[in-house]
Amino acid sequence: MRIDVNSFLGSYPYRRVPGTSPEALLRAMDRVGVDLAWVSHLPGIFWRDPAEGNPWLYETAGRYERFRPVPAIHPGVTGWKTVIGEAREAGAPSVRCDPTYYGIDPSGSSMQDLARACSAEDMPLLMSVRLEDARQRHPNDRAAELPPWSVRQLVRTDPDVRLIITHADRGFIEEVHFGSTPEESSRIWWDICWIWGPPEDHLETLLRTIGPERFLFGTGQPLRIPENSKAKLDLLDLTPNQRRMIENDNIGSAKGRVS
Amino acid sequence: MHDRSPRGDWQQRNASRLRAGERVGITVHIASILGSWGLTSPIYFPSPVDVEYGNSFLLGLQRAHPNRVRGYCVVNPNFRSHAEAELQRCLDGGMIGIKLAASRRANDRLLDPVCEVAAHRRVPVLHHIWQHRRRDYQGQEASDALELAELAVRHPEVNFILAHIAGGGDWTYSLPALRDIPNILVDLSGSGVDGGMLEACIAAVGVERLLWGCDVTIETGWAKLRYLEAILPPVELDLVRWRNATRIFPPGSFGSD
Repeated sequence: MRIDVNSFLGSYPYRRVPGTSPEALLRAMDRVGVDLAWVSHLPGIFWRDPAEGNPWLYETAGRYERFRPVPAIHPGVTGWKTVIGEAREAGAPSVRCDPTYYGIDPSGSSMQDLARACSAEDMPLLMSVRLEDARQRHPNDRAAELPPWSVRQLVRTDPDVRLIITHADRGFIEEVHFGSTPEESSRIWWDICWIWGPPEDHLETLLRTIGPERFLFGTGQPLRIPENSKAKLDLLDLTPNQRRMIENDNIGSAKGRVS
Repeated sequence: MHDRSPRGDWQQRNASRLRAGERVGITVHIASILGSWGLTSPIYFPSPVDVEYGNSFLLGLQRAHPNRVRGYCVVNPNFRSHAEAELQRCLDGGMIGIKLAASRRANDRLLDPVCEVAAHRRVPVLHHIWQHRRRDYQGQEASDALELAELAVRHPEVNFILAHIAGGGDWTYSLPALRDIPNILVDLSGSGVDGGMLEACIAAVGVERLLWGCDVTIETGWAKLRYLEAILPPVELDLVRWRNATRIFPPGSFGSD
């Protein structure tokens, strides 16, 4: 089974993106053999309260067997803690937060509160480093990229917090991984969507230096075509077991007791 | 392709490219070497000595891999006589195109002598592009599609390749600028795999003006090819995969073509 932990539904504010409907996402999943997708509500990332997109997300994910909702939480909005409980009831495998898009400090006290609350609920916290290449972003799309020090800071907030980081490149991953203790880095998982393949061979290098157990299959679709993540795995000489770890098995340890 | 690079791993990178190419099914790599890649002159402002060294190394790669590697001759148009001599040497040596990176703005008159050689030798010019140049960037005199279009209008008999539409910058800015310039083709390479980008390229210039490529990320090239397989009929897919290339490069560039 191949699971995409990094996909979106809904429109993007900064350019026209085709294939943002549930049906189109399912077609894209069929095209590349993705069995299950963790889906986030893309427009909500840009809302004052991104959690307002969660009811639609739950309702939509509930209608399609192959979607799992990843609801959004803004830890600066009153009542945010209830979102974690709702997420658990809705069968969400994770919750997400995009602090730089919300305009809050990615390693500030509210984010640390969120990390601790997720830890208390045994719920992984998913964050994206970026959504688009910085060189092409809309002139008014000025939110900073998630900085690596915020990930290092958040994983130290609580001994049980688990982080899933998407859209990170090799340099980011290495800085966080080797800037953390082995115990800390064992609680961070990385999706592969922004890691380069050959001839730079960044993914091959990371799998060798950090290990396949830290990586998850993610695509960033429909902002990115999902063929990319599959192609980079197809270009590696992975054992069937290593490939299964990335595409499926590692998710089990990332999710913990969240089902 | 890298040669006298400050990077210690250039041999591994070249080998990795060829190895991945075999897996993807790349018949021919059309490559360039940008001088010393910063070792003894800047990547995008290579000295004549470095230009010559990089081109010579690429000619050697062509000889070492006669069925797999072809070359673009890199020149720095700020050194006109050297550029012209280098073009003659490398094209006579079997290179099949010209690479202009970012040593001089694309619409600058200094590029005209290079394009006159391209017209005379009937080879295409691959031009490095920043997809929406809102300002100057350190380390290069970058150009965008509008500036390349000015050059292409001045040299209608030359085919120009707008480099790496997915290689950074706002490709939505580039594409409308190319619509009415029939002698600019779009190279699909680059690390970007944006949803909607390939459809926008097809809508802007048609499949007859698209060229498949990878640049520094072969997996993104393969992903785009796989996506095109899903949205184009085989006849149009073949245009992007290879037929358009055989049309703009000199006859016989790829063996039996």
